[in-house]
Amino acid sequence: MASDREQPLENAPLIARVWKSIFPGPVLPTSDRDRKWIVFNTLLLHLRPIRVPASTIRYTHTFGLGGMSLVLVLLLMGTGALLMFVYEPSSGGAHGSIAGLERDVLFGPLVRGVHYWCANLIVVVVTLHLLRVFLTGAFHAPRQFNWIVGLTLLACVLTSNFTGYLLPWDQRSYWAVTIVTGMVEYVPVVGGWLQRVIRAGPEIGTSTIINFYTIHTTLVPVLLISFMGLHFWRVRKAGGVVPPERPADRDGQRPQYVLFLPHLLMREVAVALALFAVVLVLAIVFPAPLGEGANPGMSPNPAKAPWYFMGFQELLLHFDPLFAVVVIPLIGIAALMFLPYLRYCDPLDGPWFLSDTGRRAAALALGVGVAITPIWVLLDEFVVDPGAWFPSVSPVLSYGVLPFVVFVGLAAGFSFVVRRRFGAGDSETVQALFILLLTVFVVFTLTGVWFRGTGMALTWPWNS
Amino acid sequence: MSERDNRQASEAPSRRRFLIGVWIGLGVVALAELFWIVFSFLRPGRQRMVRQPAGKVHVVGPLERFEPGTVTAFREGKFYLVRLDDGGFLALHRQCTHLGCTVPWIAEQERFACPCHASVFDVRGEVLSPPAPRPLDLFQVRIENGIVKVDTSVPVKRAGFDPSQVVRA
Repeated sequence: MASDREQPLENAPLIARVWKSIFPGPVLPTSDRDRKWIVFNTLLLHLRPIRVPASTIRYTHTFGLGGMSLVLVLLLMGTGALLMFVYEPSSGGAHGSIAGLERDVLFGPLVRGVHYWCANLIVVVVTLHLLRVFLTGAFHAPRQFNWIVGLTLLACVLTSNFTGYLLPWDQRSYWAVTIVTGMVEYVPVVGGWLQRVIRAGPEIGTSTIINFYTIHTTLVPVLLISFMGLHFWRVRKAGGVVPPERPADRDGQRPQYVLFLPHLLMREVAVALALFAVVLVLAIVFPAPLGEGANPGMSPNPAKAPWYFMGFQELLLHFDPLFAVVVIPLIGIAALMFLPYLRYCDPLDGPWFLSDTGRRAAALALGVGVAITPIWVLLDEFVVDPGAWFPSVSPVLSYGVLPFVVFVGLAAGFSFVVRRRFGAGDSETVQALFILLLTVFVVFTLTGVWFRGTGMALTWPWNS
Repeated sequence: MSERDNRQASEAPSRRRFLIGVWIGLGVVALAELFWIVFSFLRPGRQRMVRQPAGKVHVVGPLERFEPGTVTAFREGKFYLVRLDDGGFLALHRQCTHLGCTVPWIAEQERFACPCHASVFDVRGEVLSPPAPRPLDLFQVRIENGIVKVDTSVPVKRAGFDPSQVVRA
């Protein structure tokens, strides 16, 4: 290739000379030396390392979930920019503009379908990414702060999803946002004020759409891009993703490296293209729904929050609002944020589920969570009614403190069992507890989405 | 470190500390201004600039139009005008106190039943069945010269039904 660069360019055709001026290095690499040169010398690829540890690029180590999130964000921004040309942010025009997009615009339904499916998939993919990072212990030093950055990105994704949910202004979106902003009123002292700020008034209307539209199209994308940059940079600074070997096997051995181009890049491109294909198929086969225009006078029955918030709506059916809306979410967020800063006697990381003990404890946690949560839901629906048993006690105690203490007791008992029976250390116990709580929340969410029918009564999915 | 260096080290910070303090103070002021501006843009009152029909007095009609023991819905004002059996009036906000769904009046069962989470209210707006935490909110009713008027500017929250809430001719 060196001889290539020495060739006089004056005689080459114009296109070749322009091409050469943009990409001065070798364009088609033939040797490893050229590949390094390309990564080093191009704007996009120089964000990536030249070499990566060979063991970390195995697909089943990360499942490419972080890269998939990035692909979905890029697709969302592309389709979102197109949608902005059509959308009219007002209570009178919103639903009509989306209906017009579906009816009159070439590929309008496809673009909206891709936006819709990317938005739904990104919640799942980002959650799975969090789970991958957690289950491989990749939140210990030096990756502690990147865990916090990741949580911030999760908050951005959820905010973006929720604000976008209102914009089509059909019955489903209007009432879902009514319910979620209705939950805010239960926050003590500042609840009513906070609700009016979010809604930009006492009721949901044009001001609310403008609020949500601005957050959805300006504020969140800016935050998302900034924190994504920080997130990726911290991954580089930590030396890439956590290696899949146990810490004991890792020590003293220099890992084997492979070139980023082609080994990792090709894998990433393959994952991105496969994901894009899946999104396209979903968008074509299951187009984004658009119901009747919003009617503030008629609540549909049942009226449900967006599916990723159904866990909280389900919590409201089992706990006093103070606990369902304030105490439990705050404890959950605090626990997630402090997770990397707890003191672990044995900060394990590397292989999935950390160790064989960790794997067995995790399986038990999953089993207990799947078994106990439906029983809890059924008992609460048909048998247990602490408010009727203790009528003189305030509902905050009978529906809030009492079930909460019972649940904390069960979780404490579980972690005791895991420690004693399996001999689990700190890392494995925390992992098992996390899986237990996450399973409970996921089962709550699924119950709310699939097993709640008219009047939020329990029912089978095929009956509702 | 020599004695002179020591003295400098102990003297210099006073001016430096003062300047740092000024910078921090100015930073706090700038931050406060920023918050003020952002908040004034977010302030719920800003929709007054956008015309808002809420908060007006509805003239709903003459007294005789409403038989005792009836509930009449007013879509426009988002309330129900209830005339109790004894002839007293109540104007109930149609919004459920649980999560804000619109509550329909079920005439056959003589109660309000929320479709969202199955809260049930009686004709006076009192909770018959949770999860609603408090009775339906009230709007102020006035009767002037035999004409019933309802002021929908402020929904009045209440802990329970009280005879003083009923307006009589």
